Amino acid sequence: MRNTFSETLYAEATANPDVYIVVADISPAGSMAKFSSEYPERFINVGVAEQSMIGIAAGLALKGCQPFAYTIATFSLYRPFEMIRDDLCYQNLPVTVVGMGAGVIYSTLGGTHHTQEDIAIASALPNMQVLAPCDPLECVEATRWCARQKNGPVYLRIGKAGEPVLTAQAEPWQFGKLRYLRRGSEVCILTYGVITAMATDVADKLAAQGRSVSLVSAHTLKPLDRDGITAALQQHRHVVVIEEHVPQGGLASQVKQIAWDVRATCRLDTFTLQDAFIHNYGSTNDLLAAHGLSPERILAAIS
Amino acid sequence: MTQASFDATAARTRCQRYRRRILDMSQRVSALHIGGAFSCTEIVDCIYNALMRNPGLSSPDTFLMSKGHGCMIQYVVLEALGVLTKADLDAYCTPHGRLGVHPDYGNPGIEASTGSLGHGLPMVVGMALAERGKRRDGMIYTVLSDGETQEGSTWEAVLMASSLKLSNIVAFIDNNDFQSLGRTSETHPSLYPLAAKFDAFGWETAEIDGHDPAAIYRAVSTRKGDRPLMVVARTTKGKGVSYMENAPIWHYRSPNKDEYAQAIRELETQA
Repeated sequence: MRNTFSETLYAEATANPDVYIVVADISPAGSMAKFSSEYPERFINVGVAEQSMIGIAAGLALKGCQPFAYTIATFSLYRPFEMIRDDLCYQNLPVTVVGMGAGVIYSTLGGTHHTQEDIAIASALPNMQVLAPCDPLECVEATRWCARQKNGPVYLRIGKAGEPVLTAQAEPWQFGKLRYLRRGSEVCILTYGVITAMATDVADKLAAQGRSVSLVSAHTLKPLDRDGITAALQQHRHVVVIEEHVPQGGLASQVKQIAWDVRATCRLDTFTLQDAFIHNYGSTNDLLAAHGLSPERILAAIS
Repeated sequence: MTQASFDATAARTRCQRYRRRILDMSQRVSALHIGGAFSCTEIVDCIYNALMRNPGLSSPDTFLMSKGHGCMIQYVVLEALGVLTKADLDAYCTPHGRLGVHPDYGNPGIEASTGSLGHGLPMVVGMALAERGKRRDGMIYTVLSDGETQEGSTWEAVLMASSLKLSNIVAFIDNNDFQSLGRTSETHPSLYPLAAKFDAFGWETAEIDGHDPAAIYRAVSTRKGDRPLMVVARTTKGKGVSYMENAPIWHYRSPNKDEYAQAIRELETQA
């Protein structure tokens, strides 16, 4: 997804001389090296200085540019939080803050590199829009949208490397709308981001059991598609949320709120990271499993 | 980039008028920072009335008030330039008004929202980059407080401005040597000498009397111009009113009627 983001941004920058990228000492990947060599005046490396990364992006936007601020998710969102709030959200500037490697992708680097709370934090900010593509193809759509929109700031949560393509046969991507990767009538799995691969595995196994399964990418976390969530709750007997995020303030808690608001009668199960830091090491799936996020446990709970 | 000549006497007259206008506003509401506005009055006057080309909404140059708490002086100068109206200033900090204690982006003449310190200079760097990228010759002027130099984000931007050779930045530090709890030089003696820090980071620097209009103008008009410029201006918090000078309480409060009358009398003797 990181390479896809870079390549898409390079294409956007070629078409639009106002596209800038401000990075905080992130290692070049994909077409980022091409971007920096062909458009050096629009590739700004602030070094290990995330506060000024956001402030500089704000200044560029105040003068009519379309900047991206890009680094590892924890450092792009948490470290310069007040700059994101005041400079970007309060002034409602079209700056995209890219959180790369969000969730527990940096599985062996420890809790300092885990982004477990980002959706709640970003969503709490007025004017902020939140996107979390589930695969490289969605990352292309989301990046293009960010580069062309003037609505205000965006937090773009992306993966890192090796995410499989999951949406080749899906409905068209549309900002602010749920996207069905497959449609069924009985169980609906709502998810977003990198963990959609695990959700796909769960959907496949449920289908193998003879269940009719919908699989939905809720790629736009803010504004969340309330009408779409309501329809999913009303049209399926069982809704399952799978999320690589703490229980507070993410998709799971919002779906529960909507379910109460609309007096939903379906069964609703949510699977999230726990409200705890992770001191385990290993693969991303090892860490997710330590918090109960594994296909086996999810299937056992919902079958 | 600057005007060919500068009338320092006229500047002093304007500054006396600005301070009086701020005092008048202080009798309507209690929310303002007179001390910090008075310390940078001559600097802000010089930026708008001598340095910026065609100051107002169509200027190719930009002024960003990084020390947002000093924005009363910006408001009264913008009123004098016709950018803000008397009604705008009369409605300051009221339910019907649009001007608050800190500058707010979206209001006429206000280039960025500030108030939390340490945000201004990074945004200035971004603005200066955009001017260069768009092949425009706009200058970016800003005024920082000395307290802002305690924010790490300021130094991140100091480092970037010189590394990127952003010679279109002219910054001032309103070095009134006060923060809320006392003198900056006492809480942070290692900050001094201040100009040397910017010099070491690759900026062109100047040190001046920040209440001397001619000196302010000269510091900018005689610059070499191939690097960002930091003018460290020695100022007095509450300058112009004896009981306000170097008295931290005037970071917060408004004068009562007797204090107001005395302040007006003192300003009139300085005209």
